[in-house]
Parts: sequence; structure tokens; C-alpha cells
Amino acid sequence: MLRSADSGLSVFPAAGLQHGHGHGDDGFGRGRDTRRPRWSRYARLLLLQMRMSAVSAMQYRADFLLKGAISLVWLSVALIPLISVFHQRSTVRGWSFPEALVVVGWFSLMKGILEGAISPSLTSVVEHVRKGTLDFLLLKPADAQFLVSTAKFEPWRVMDVLGALAVFAYAFRELGHAPRLQHVALALALLVVAICVLYALWILVVSASFWVVKVDNLSYLFGSLFDAGRWPISVFRGALWFAFTFIFPLALMTSYPAMALLDRLPASTAVAALAGGLAFASLARLVWSRALAFYTSASS
Amino acid sequence: MTTGTTVTSIASHLRRAASAYPTLLRVGLSEVVAYRAEFIVWILTTNMPFVMLAIWHAVASEGPIGRFGQKDFIAYYLAGWAIRLLTSTWLVWELSMEIRAGTLSARLLRPLHPLFAFSAQHLAALPMRIVVVTPVAVALVWLAGDRLAIGDPRVLAIWLASMAGAWLLIFFTMVFLGSLSFFLESAIGVFEVWLALFAVLSGYLVPSELLPPWVGRVARLSPFDSMLSFPLETLIGLRDLPTATRDLGTQWLYIAIMASLGLSVWRRGVKRYVAFGG
Repeated sequence: MLRSADSGLSVFPAAGLQHGHGHGDDGFGRGRDTRRPRWSRYARLLLLQMRMSAVSAMQYRADFLLKGAISLVWLSVALIPLISVFHQRSTVRGWSFPEALVVVGWFSLMKGILEGAISPSLTSVVEHVRKGTLDFLLLKPADAQFLVSTAKFEPWRVMDVLGALAVFAYAFRELGHAPRLQHVALALALLVVAICVLYALWILVVSASFWVVKVDNLSYLFGSLFDAGRWPISVFRGALWFAFTFIFPLALMTSYPAMALLDRLPASTAVAALAGGLAFASLARLVWSRALAFYTSASS
Repeated sequence: MTTGTTVTSIASHLRRAASAYPTLLRVGLSEVVAYRAEFIVWILTTNMPFVMLAIWHAVASEGPIGRFGQKDFIAYYLAGWAIRLLTSTWLVWELSMEIRAGTLSARLLRPLHPLFAFSAQHLAALPMRIVVVTPVAVALVWLAGDRLAIGDPRVLAIWLASMAGAWLLIFFTMVFLGSLSFFLESAIGVFEVWLALFAVLSGYLVPSELLPPWVGRVARLSPFDSMLSFPLETLIGLRDLPTATRDLGTQWLYIAIMASLGLSVWRRGVKRYVAFGG
């Protein structure tokens, strides 16, 4: 457990009532932990948040298992359209069945991360804004965006990740060869960027809720748009292709990592994707800070 | 609070409902208009048919798949989206929330049976939905109008009956699933499994004749066929008149089954709910 604050006054450094700014506090306003680096503080906080979510999820064990089972049902059901399509044709826009399976695997992986780690916390922010209880969160001596993003996890979504790995194993067995190490490395790099982009998209949606309060059902819209990510991006043409590559970058989240694993990703696209993803994430941080400033400024 | 099942009480239910319905419809309509932004967002979440259309359109670019060419896919998915929108209800979410929050008690105290009130609320959303569906319907007629089979008045009559039937079947299925909230902690989980099955077996994601053979067979025999495939394929002429007439009988048989099942679970659930001081 976190040690209790040595002094309530240390939460408000600007008030000048604690032992001064020049004493090298670690950014939390607590003089005692000056030796501990900030990142290890946050790492411990993250582990604590995750443990709390896991404990409260495990309290309802039957519920936990049921939700895990439902994840698997959704995955198998989602494969049926894919199987139906490839039952009729052996390739679609240059993608064969095992290759399309790799895209589905990435989709399942990203969906597990989205609904397990990102959505639950960020939907609770919208609730907080609506009820006005976000202020309690903002008072805490840690970065608001971090606290808000790690508030809640859904551990049974790990089933989606396991399902994704099973799909990968099957797909590469069908292809007859395993992905080479450098491809896996590139795919993992794209995975990190994909998570950043997904998270950034969500932060943008949640920041919107500071201005337009009623956005809670946007999480359903988000999820349903994300569903289109189970198909390789080359299937879409024209306006849809543009939208899913640059506006709601599904291509980056599911197709590009799959293409990296399959050695189909040109180097220029990979570099552009990495750079674009990181730029997007910094934009989101900027918008969040502005939104928070707006929220805390006037008479809220 | 009335839970009686005698003939006189059913008749009085219906009489009260008949007098209350117009007002309930008006209230429901103004609710929908007031929350139109949310309504539009909910409409936008049902975008799977358009994604599937893009995919099948790509697949069919080299040649038709079974009975489906590119134009047939356009007709199928645009009409499928419209029919889905016009026949779906959100009763399970509402019931689940009201049961867990306990606000169902307020509804049970009213002289009008809660299910009548719910159905009025859902029917009241239809005008707004028709407004939203109209542009897509116009696009459907413009792009694939020659595929529509409702020029024949007999087919039109069967289609209209099938649309009403689909709405009722889905409504009573929702009553059944929603009433499970009286007994189960995670009735929403059961509903999500049902949604997954609906998406696959009712022809929402993939036309049932293009499904893998054994899945297609299960789909044809299941009530899901009556919920979407039947009205849809009748509309775009994939079911001939004798088959459609027979399927109409099947649909109303399923409605009778789901209605009695749903209502009996509802009644048992209400008894349990009230017994616990709800």
C-alpha cells in the first residue's frame, strides 16, 4: 500500500505552506521520497491499480469465467464471415485466407487491449465529468491523465489475447513457415505504436466530453467502428480506405502489424506509420491538457 | 399492481392500454426527438452491414457468388440495414437497468402493464427511424431497384406482415432475455451471446445461403431466420411466393412460442421481484 502522506499541506505546493520548492521534492510534494525516481513511483502505482482491478474482478468468479467465455464466443463467431468469404474465393484483393487470419488475430489482440485496459478507465472519466467527481481525482498527487487511464482494468479480456495467439499459430501453420525474428520485432514496434494511437483516439474522445458532456454512448460507436479492423485494409477503396488509414487509423492498428509479420510491409510505410502514430499520441496529450485546463479554469 | 391472468383482467388490460397508447406514443416520440443526438449515434453504431457490403463488393468484382452479383449485395445489405433498424428494440438494456436499480417498482404500481408501456416507447421511436432509413431506402431503389420484388401486391402483403412479425418476435425475445435479469446477475452476458448468434444466423453479417453449409442449415431452421432473413429475402425477391407464405406461418408460430415463454418468465420474475420487497 502507498504510504500515507506525511502532511496534507504538501498537496498544495503553490500555497507555500510546506517546506519550500527548493528542497527537491519528487514532484509529488513529499519531501521524504526525494531519493526515489518518479518513474518507479508511477510503476508501483500502476501495479497497485492493476491489482485492485484484478481483485475486484475475481470477487465474482462465475461472472469472470462467463465473461471470458463470451470473449471466446465472439472470436469464433467473428471468424464465420471470414470463413464464408474465403469459402467462395481463395484470395481477396491479394490476401489469402491464412494471411487474413493474421489480421483477425491482430484485431482480437487490439480489441482485448482496448476493452480490457483502455475503455473501462476512460468511460469512467466521462461519468466523473458528468457527476463532477473528477475534482477528487485531480486533487491526488499524481498526473491526472495517468490516474484516469489506469483506474479500471478488465482482466478477463486476456482471453482475447490468448485467442489471438491461437489464431496466429493456426495461420502460420497454414502458411507453412514461421515469421522471421526481424518481422516479429517490427510487428511489436507497430503494436506499441498501435496501442499509443488507440489510446490517443480515446483520450481525444474523452477530452471532448469536457466540452460536450453527453458522449458516453460514443464508446459503442468507437467499438463498432473498430470492428471494421478485422478485415485487411486493401479490401476498402476510396473514401473508406482514406478514412480507415488516416482519420480512424485501423490500418495502423491491425493491417500494418499483420503485414509486418507477413513481410508485406514496405519500409517507407512502416516508418511513416511509426512517425505518424507518435505524432498522433503527442497531439492527444496536448488536447487533454487543454481540456483539463478548460475544466479546472472557470466555475467548475 | 395487477398480475392476474383471468379473461376479464386481460380485457381490462387491453382496454386501458388502448386508451393510454396514443399518449404514450406521443411522449415516446418527444423523448426521441429530445435525445436526437444520442439517437443518431446509436444509429451509427449499426454500421456492420456497410462494412460487409464493402467486402462482398470487392469479392464479387470478378464474378457473382452463388446468386449474388455486386448489385444483389448492395440490395441485400442496404435493405438488411434498414430492416434491422426498423425491427430492433433495446428492451433488454432498459429492463436490466430498471430491475437492478429497483425503478421497475414504480412501473409496476401503475395501472398499465409495464410491457405495454415499453412497447409504446419502442414503437414511438419508429417514426424517427423511418426518417433516418429513408435516404438509404432511396439509395436502394436508385441503385438496385430492379431487384425489389414488392411490385407484386401479394409479395407486398406478405412482406408487410413479415415486418410486423419480425418486430413482435424480436420484442418478445427481448422480454424473455430481459426477464432473465430477475434471476441472473449477468443477463447482459446472455444477451451478448444472443447478439453474436443473431449477427451470424439471421443473415445480418452474411447472407444465409453463403454461410458454411452446416451453419446455414442451423440458421434456416432457427427463429433468427424469421427475424431478419425472411423479411429481407422476401423484399429482394430471393424467396418465391410459396416459400414466403410457408415461412410466414413459421414466423408467427415462433412469435407464439416466444410470447408465451417471455411472458411466463416475466410473470415468474415479477413475483420473485415483488417478494423481495422490490
